[in-house]
Amino acid sequence: MSEKFEPVIVGFLCNWCSYRAADLAGTARIKYAPNMRPIRVMCSGRVDPQFVLKALREGADGVMIAGCHPGECHYVNGNIKAMRRFYLLKKMLTQLGVEEERVQLVWASASEGILLAEKVDQMTESLRALGPLNWDEEVVQCCNEYEFAETLPVLEET
Amino acid sequence: MAEKPKLAMYWSSSCGGCEISVLNIHEKILAVDEVFDIAFFPCIADFKKKDVEAYPDEHITLCLWNGAIRNEENEEMAHLLRQKSQFMVAFGSCAYEGCIPALANLTSKEAIYNTVYRNNPTLDNPEGIIPLTSVQVAEGELTIPAFYHTVKSLDQVVDVDYYLPGCPPEPEQIWAVLQIIVSALLEGTPLPPKGSIVGVSDVAVCEECDLKKSEKVISRFYRPYEIIPEAGVCLLEQGIVCMGPATRGGCGALCPTVGMGCRGCYGPMPGVEDQGAKMLSAIASVIGAGHESMEESQLEEEIQAVVDTIADPAGTFYRFSMANSLLKRAKVNGSN
Repeated sequence: MSEKFEPVIVGFLCNWCSYRAADLAGTARIKYAPNMRPIRVMCSGRVDPQFVLKALREGADGVMIAGCHPGECHYVNGNIKAMRRFYLLKKMLTQLGVEEERVQLVWASASEGILLAEKVDQMTESLRALGPLNWDEEVVQCCNEYEFAETLPVLEET
Repeated sequence: MAEKPKLAMYWSSSCGGCEISVLNIHEKILAVDEVFDIAFFPCIADFKKKDVEAYPDEHITLCLWNGAIRNEENEEMAHLLRQKSQFMVAFGSCAYEGCIPALANLTSKEAIYNTVYRNNPTLDNPEGIIPLTSVQVAEGELTIPAFYHTVKSLDQVVDVDYYLPGCPPEPEQIWAVLQIIVSALLEGTPLPPKGSIVGVSDVAVCEECDLKKSEKVISRFYRPYEIIPEAGVCLLEQGIVCMGPATRGGCGALCPTVGMGCRGCYGPMPGVEDQGAKMLSAIASVIGAGHESMEESQLEEEIQAVVDTIADPAGTFYRFSMANSLLKRAKVNGSN
């Protein structure tokens, strides 16, 4: 590859904490990776697993869900619900062959601009190491032409 | 008397249960015979592919297609029947959204071949022979259709007019759909808009289910063999994964009524793109672990413990809808 691969991260940031953290990172002029495309949601609990799958299907290399720390949710327990979904989704995504680093849950309060910036930097680097996901071309469209070699070695009995 | 409309039914990657469900409309099958001429129906009548090829285009009025698209032959026949039919109906869950055959999308073609032809304990194949699409023998070349890596639903290869979900569709739903088409043909009543999902209701299976429901707080999930469900009580509340909340009704909640959690065969609710993701969301919201007053590590531990009791989320939530899900298949490397 001649060009450096720039991962695309879709970030679902909660209105009350993490979006404000991103705002703070901006006003404080913190330099961090420009790879996250932030989408403001009212609560991390609003993030439907469909949003995550759709982002991955339509070209994102990773998805970050960011919300208030547990116990600090504007809606009391929206982030706890997000957490329940996230752990189950993570288990399902492993079965679907999506690497663990590609979907991350982050807690960042409104004062933690630096923390959010660091998390975005870290995620960008880990996705860069993993390489592009390119789900539609590499996974959905791929391999139908693949044919077996005529002679295959017989596997050892296990 | 004018010529009767023509009916075809063809199977691709399926179990044959859809054909049985058509015959299961009992004596009404005589009414079907009265209205339609059978033009192609390998399960019950002897027609060949060349007969279909000889028909003029749109000769067949109604083609009920059941089965997913698993190999080259399936796709070829789908194109042929589409060309020869006025109405193409994706009949049953396999044609509509992949169903059980599409669970193979969680693995690879190579792994399937290894299991079926090489590593199966009941297999005697010392030379490791596997099917090839083309083989030279003394008499010439022998060919078989290529086996695809990814199972597709019918509408991923041809244009589909109507969808009739279910594994298999319920007899009264089949009859209702046949009636709509027959009365459109004979009396000119309007047909549902193209692309409609027919023979279903617009509410979730839970709405059709009579089991007693209260608040759901689950601290462990059970696989069907691990628990004898209490009669009359919502199965999900008892920790049995029941797809009712994320599945379209129309079946009359047959499975939950007899103590087996809904499998999800009628597909996603109207407006939902991905049934598995919605089910995941519904299941996660009844997990009774974690409280906002807890430390993060404790939260994680408690939630993870409950999640661990769900053995196979992808296979469970996408049991019928893998081919039509957002991700469509798993990413697999090599033979895993």
